[in-house]
Amino acid sequence: MLGRTANNIYWMARYVERAENMARLLASTYHMSLLPASDRNGIRQWEAPIDIVGGREDFLARHGEVSSGNVIHFVALDPENPNSIRSNIRRARENARATRQDLTSEVWECLNQSYIEIENLSYPKVVDQGFPEIFDWVKERSHLFRGAIYGTMRRGQSFTFCRLGTFIERADNTARLLAVKWTLLTPNSTKPMAAEDYYRWGSLLRAFAAFKAYREVYSGIIEPRKVAELLVLRADMPRSLTACIGEVARILVNLRRDAPCTRLAEQIHARVRHSRIDSILRSDIRRYLNDFVVRNNELHGRIGHEFMMV
Amino acid sequence: MTRDGFFDEMNGDGGDIRRAYQTYCEWLRSVPPERLAEKHQQADILFRRLGITFAVHGDDDGVERLIPFDVIPRILDPDEWRTVATGVSQRVRAINAFLDDIYHEQEILKAGRIPATLVLNNPAFRPEALGLDVPRRVYVHVAGIDVVRVGPDEFYVLEDNCRVPSGVSYMLENRETMMRLFPELFSRHRVAPVNHYPEVLLRTLRAVAPPGVSDPTIVVLTPGHFNSAYFEHAFLAREMGVELVEGQDLFVDDNTVFMRTTEGPQRVHVIYRRIDDDFIDPLAFNANSTLGVSGLLSVARNGRVALANAVGTGIADDKAVYVYVPEMISYYLGEKPILNNVPTYALRNPDDCAYVLDHLEELVVKEVAGAGGYGMLVGPFSTADQRSAFRAKILANPEGFIAQPTLKLSTCPTLVAGEMVSRHVDLRPYVLTGETTTAVPGGLTRVALREGSLVVNSSQGGGTKDTWILEG
Repeated sequence: MLGRTANNIYWMARYVERAENMARLLASTYHMSLLPASDRNGIRQWEAPIDIVGGREDFLARHGEVSSGNVIHFVALDPENPNSIRSNIRRARENARATRQDLTSEVWECLNQSYIEIENLSYPKVVDQGFPEIFDWVKERSHLFRGAIYGTMRRGQSFTFCRLGTFIERADNTARLLAVKWTLLTPNSTKPMAAEDYYRWGSLLRAFAAFKAYREVYSGIIEPRKVAELLVLRADMPRSLTACIGEVARILVNLRRDAPCTRLAEQIHARVRHSRIDSILRSDIRRYLNDFVVRNNELHGRIGHEFMMV
Repeated sequence: MTRDGFFDEMNGDGGDIRRAYQTYCEWLRSVPPERLAEKHQQADILFRRLGITFAVHGDDDGVERLIPFDVIPRILDPDEWRTVATGVSQRVRAINAFLDDIYHEQEILKAGRIPATLVLNNPAFRPEALGLDVPRRVYVHVAGIDVVRVGPDEFYVLEDNCRVPSGVSYMLENRETMMRLFPELFSRHRVAPVNHYPEVLLRTLRAVAPPGVSDPTIVVLTPGHFNSAYFEHAFLAREMGVELVEGQDLFVDDNTVFMRTTEGPQRVHVIYRRIDDDFIDPLAFNANSTLGVSGLLSVARNGRVALANAVGTGIADDKAVYVYVPEMISYYLGEKPILNNVPTYALRNPDDCAYVLDHLEELVVKEVAGAGGYGMLVGPFSTADQRSAFRAKILANPEGFIAQPTLKLSTCPTLVAGEMVSRHVDLRPYVLTGETTTAVPGGLTRVALREGSLVVNSSQGGGTKDTWILEG
């Protein structure tokens, strides 16, 4: 397969995954914002999506003050924000279009349809429907995309690079989101958790589709330590760091066992697999997560270099 | 003859239905007219879903649109096709011999059969290709020869497209669509298949691989997805099962062309390129081109990669060189031309120029460098203003123009706004040359949808039809 084609397919999958994760982040933030809270804390919650997406100055210049509506507009729909959900879907489709002959028509048509629908969506319409509608829509389109890939694509290199893009992106998103939210949510150690904190941690779990899983795995109340364990270390959680990097390592082993990027993926995976949550928390989980983001990005660079000749 | 002395391919001279159309007409009589209109709509939906669109040149909105497709087939019987097929193959054989000659010994020029200046000073002549040996001495592997018909046995060649002729995907998709919409017609007729075209193309490309390569790696080289024919490039690559590459996917190292793959560099032996000479190698031609591959021509020169079509074929389809194709046929093949050339006035010739300026309202005037039906005056359908504008253009640059009598293009029944009407058509059969030269039975029929119009180009309101060659 052409390196450029692999690169297009890889980015197509990354952009769709990124769009889904942003929708999850917005949905979770919106959910939290409905809780009674002091105004200051409420606004701080809405700064998180801008911090994760980037482009704070651009946001302030064009949208003014931080408010739920402005942030949702900027992160979900703003065509001038290169990292908005709309921009991600557009870029996913551009990548797909450039390599359409390597995709099944189901995958292409799914993405093309998502693009057409979001292009026709205006902010007033989103307000009118209620914000959760668009979050759900993005998630559904992403599920459909993944399903079309799973259900129709031959298990060849196109499929492989699709999956690689999905998991590299998801690992990056989980780590970043958790790092930002951790700062916002961790209660002052001297103060006991208040009732609303439990709701906030619950909302965070929902951002990773992990609320139900938490209840299945742990009995009792929601504790930050267990949330972190679930999202970083549990191999059976589809969005945890261990699961994502483990998947990347397995894909690379099948693709080329002796490639340098395969060894790197296995190293990152081993490090996460052998971590203990208490020692992560003792040293500083944010540093741990940021370090993961850096290593994951290095892996991304090596994959590009070794397979896509970029 | 029917209307205004135009030959109609179904009704002939207005008496009996012509042989090729008899079975079709029986069927047509049994079908309610609304049904055809319905099928027409279905065809539109099919084409849109498949994404068979083209970008119109010079259109500001840059939208992709469908080329209108007509559901009434154009039907030729075996004898009619034999004339066309042997005729276009003959031309392509002569053109390949001509190209081999002018890039080597130039004997036809020395013999004075074609004016040397016309070839050597022509911008389409590529000195870079001089002395370059190509596998099997084939230059034009894929040709699209534009043929028009003016009577039962009278065919004329308008143009020999020898650079990167397009449109073959329409021939294939039109057939696919007709078979889906009218399966019953295909059980009533024995229509020669066209679906094997990609297979024949692949065989052609394999046949011209550099010597000693038994299992060549073949690629289709496209300018990219902004090109109006990108759909066709992707289609042919997929049908042949080869990679569709852009210039950036290829590189030259150690006198070899490689493509960048996920497995590392992989050697490429044959490039079916859909990029013009000017852009194919920035080292040899246009230095600003980002579409091509640096050093490609030097690898071809060393016989380490084959380009299809070869570099420099544009000289053979130059409108001024066209006049001499019958001469090539007699010089190289010792045969008589099977198909007519259209009598052509070269306006660089003062006598011709004077005659043409006196007869503008009867003639078709074309820009030598024009394509796609742009820069063309159709005398009988022109206004006085258009003629005087053209007169000024001609006087400013007579070398830039040729003129031909207005041909009485044949008509075919066509569905326009639900009504069966007569519209003018042409035909572009595709001729492939590898080990041998063959014309794939059929081709692309283009139809001028505007009443009375003789311009069939899609950019000028033309549509397409499926072309049926009946098997004897």
